[in-house]
Amino acid sequence: MTSLAAKPSISLSRIAIYAVLILAVLLYLVPLVVMLLTSFKTPEDISTGNLLSWPTVVSGIGWVKAWGTVNGYFWNSIKITVPAVLISTAIGALNGYVLSMWRFRGSQLFFGLLLFGCFLPFQTVLLPASFTLGKMGLASTTTGLVFVHVVYGLAFTTLFFRNYYVSIPDALVKAARLDGAGFFTIFRRIILPMSTPIIMVCLIWQFTQIWNDFLFGVVFSSGDSQPITVALNNLVNTSTGAKEYNVDMAAAMIAGLPTLLVYVIAGKYFVRGLTAGAVKG
Amino acid sequence: MATLELRNVNKTYGAGLPDTLKDIQLSIKEGEFLILVGPSGCGKSTLMNCIAGLETITGGAIMIGDQDVSGMSPKDRDIAMVFQSYALYPTMSVRENIEFGLKIRKMKQADINEEVARVAKLLQIEHLLNRKPGQLSGGQQQRVAMGRALARRPKIYLFDEPLSNLDAKLRVEMRTEMKLMHQRLKTTTVYVTHDQIEAMTLGDKVAVMKDGIIQQFGTPKDIYNNPANLFVASFIGSPPMNFIPLRLQRKDGRLLALLDSGQARCELPLGMQDAGLEDREVILGLRPEQIVLAGNEPNGLPTIRAEVQVTEPTGPDTLVFVNLNDTKVCCRLAPDVAPQPGETLTLQFDPAKVLLFDAKSGERLGVAAQPQAGDRPANVAQFKGR
Amino acid sequence: MSSVAVFSKASPFDALQRWLPKLVLAPSMFIVLVGFYGYILWTFVLSFTTSTFLPTYKWAGLAQYARLWDNDRWWVASKNLAVFGGMFIGITLVIGVLLAVFLDQRIRREGFIRTIYLYPMALSMIVTGTAWKWLLNPGMGLDKLLRDWGWEGFRLDWLIDPDRVVYCLVIAAVWQASGFIMAMFLAGLRGVDQSIIRAAQIDGASMPRIYWKVVLPSLRPVFFSAVMILAHIAIKSFDLVAAMTAGGPGYSSDLPAMFMYSFTFSRGQMGMGSASAILMLGAILAIIVPYLYSELRAKRHD
Repeated sequence: MTSLAAKPSISLSRIAIYAVLILAVLLYLVPLVVMLLTSFKTPEDISTGNLLSWPTVVSGIGWVKAWGTVNGYFWNSIKITVPAVLISTAIGALNGYVLSMWRFRGSQLFFGLLLFGCFLPFQTVLLPASFTLGKMGLASTTTGLVFVHVVYGLAFTTLFFRNYYVSIPDALVKAARLDGAGFFTIFRRIILPMSTPIIMVCLIWQFTQIWNDFLFGVVFSSGDSQPITVALNNLVNTSTGAKEYNVDMAAAMIAGLPTLLVYVIAGKYFVRGLTAGAVKG
Repeated sequence: MATLELRNVNKTYGAGLPDTLKDIQLSIKEGEFLILVGPSGCGKSTLMNCIAGLETITGGAIMIGDQDVSGMSPKDRDIAMVFQSYALYPTMSVRENIEFGLKIRKMKQADINEEVARVAKLLQIEHLLNRKPGQLSGGQQQRVAMGRALARRPKIYLFDEPLSNLDAKLRVEMRTEMKLMHQRLKTTTVYVTHDQIEAMTLGDKVAVMKDGIIQQFGTPKDIYNNPANLFVASFIGSPPMNFIPLRLQRKDGRLLALLDSGQARCELPLGMQDAGLEDREVILGLRPEQIVLAGNEPNGLPTIRAEVQVTEPTGPDTLVFVNLNDTKVCCRLAPDVAPQPGETLTLQFDPAKVLLFDAKSGERLGVAAQPQAGDRPANVAQFKGR
Repeated sequence: MSSVAVFSKASPFDALQRWLPKLVLAPSMFIVLVGFYGYILWTFVLSFTTSTFLPTYKWAGLAQYARLWDNDRWWVASKNLAVFGGMFIGITLVIGVLLAVFLDQRIRREGFIRTIYLYPMALSMIVTGTAWKWLLNPGMGLDKLLRDWGWEGFRLDWLIDPDRVVYCLVIAAVWQASGFIMAMFLAGLRGVDQSIIRAAQIDGASMPRIYWKVVLPSLRPVFFSAVMILAHIAIKSFDLVAAMTAGGPGYSSDLPAMFMYSFTFSRGQMGMGSASAILMLGAILAIIVPYLYSELRAKRHD
């Protein structure tokens, strides 16, 4: 509810508190500001100036070059993220629905196993997963990545929906069953319309996770099928030729803007996703 | 409308677990109002869920009309239910809530509209049809929930503690309305409650449950006047029946209960002739309204002088607490009698109304005393009769 | 089951309805069993084989684990994890709690400030790593900035200093995660029972003392959750290392996750890589299991 402070007054301690908070704001913003500044500089400006110096000439050349290099991978990320988010959310919703309202013997055990899977270090499944993708003919394809992200996103999406649906009184489902509604009718006409908040949370959480992923990208894709995070890393960490920091920073911005925008626009759902995952179900 | 019969219904949740429902046997006629009443955990809600088909039974049969519905899913049993929380679909309007079940049954829209109009008029919710449940008060939601059930015109109505979420005043109002509605529509109804006043006022038949067993099944009057055991006797009636543990004695061939108020003693002759009851540890049951102030002229009924411990004026009565046989006993006296603590009163009993229960098993002992038809000696002061 | 009396059979629709929940859950159950636990088992098996570039199922006993034990890089990676993990968790907790406590003091524009603190969580670790790599660039990054501002002779070459490069990882990781911990604690603080606070105030305690002795101790569950989540992030840290240092200079900033990737996919040592993955799993289990156990115990006491 509200804080524990007595009355906000202009006292030394309050000034100190505001000072610390504002300092923290600056510290959090500095990297972003630096990235932006650097991306709009020319290489000369970069070598002569410093991190926070204003460009003598505001140049978009870094951006043009960056986009030229990574745009294919940007679209890859979209091709990977959008389907994976939608599919994993849909499956998570159905799973959450079953686990909270149609429990049967073994479903609780399954939920426990799933929950444990949220903590799983992916290193333990990388090898077998890549074998399997190879056998399925999906190695190094964006489809393969969609597949992997759906599989390993299931634990979280199911958790989100199940925890949300558990708070819906089951008298509602009973009433619907007495009215004659079946499994899918109840889902479609009663539960789903009530699910907007959690759907938002899930979509945004999954979008952020999948777009930002690097591990799966670098293991399961190569060349043309790589997502933008991998492309960014390749770009930044190549040691051939002179380093073009403006291009590097522009490329980083390109990689980071989508999730940043989503955060700015729909931040509260993002926060709910974080705390929903953190608070024990 | 249809009859409802439960034959030896049993339910367990798993092998090795105690039975949730044990050998439930009861039947009601068309149009009758059955109340299932008992403390939390007695199994009444489980039984209702079984009747509805929301839970399965592990033994016995449930008959609606002459059809065994034991294996049927809820939607095929032609049953409607009103839940304690009303369970209205929150994203749909009141009208859509009422229509939901009808649409699933593929009724024609024109017929649906007619039904909705009929029900809305009956429950006076016509002005609420386009609102969502979140915009309604508790009482309004309750009516909509009833409307949803009525629109279905089912064979049987089930009510799961529908008044429990309402505040006290509204609860009393709605109780009367429900009774009126039942008189009008003559619907076969099963109603679950933990409130014994609702049980007494609403039901044609009452089943008192405890630990998954039906303790007694009968009319409210039967249950009140002739409880089958200690639990039923203690559960129904407010203030509750007085229970005085004592040991019976036989004197001059008559069975007596000896009462001792500390100031005086009194012998209560009991009509039962059963041999072997003397020296039995029993519990004497006496309802507060059955203890009265002795009148000025003796009328042959046993009396005793006792000291008043506590007085509680409630408005319509005065509850006076005395000590008999070291047990706190409540007497329900007229409101204008206002004794002070420490005063001595002369109380009078009617042995014909006294009930005996076995101290160990709680079962009712002996043949029931003469049925209380309500006629009492004229000179006994204020009597809260039933 | 039911009595002998004739009763209408449950319709096929009903039978389907009874099976639908199970059918719907089945694919996910299959995926979880195979893709989670099955694969872990597979990796576990591989760690006992002699696999190198390709999986072979020749039994090697504990050889791969022994090789890990003898591998200097693995030791560096593990030591780094301990240092990185310890510093990351500790510093993030302190900053997160501090910011949460300050923000709880009815600050104007609290929502705006919170948004700023949390935005780093929306970024990929690659972006974060790239940004901080630039910021910590020896010669052109923060040190040049500070020199330009007047601090002559300031040097910040941790990124290329094998003994200090891990600190760079810590800085970037703390920057990314502290906002989240702040949000967790802020939510926790908001849920604290006000009456306890008022009782302490009546007893004459000052606000800092109240926070330290009354409020924060009551947030123990949040602390545990936070530590668990941060530990989890630390153990899985791969993106950050890849972007900032690629494990370098040499392998002085290597972490187990990087090691595993490197050995499994770049160096063709699947057996060793699998063993390292299993050890990582062990580390996570070592943290989660006691936590879950204590949680379950607590529940039983309630």
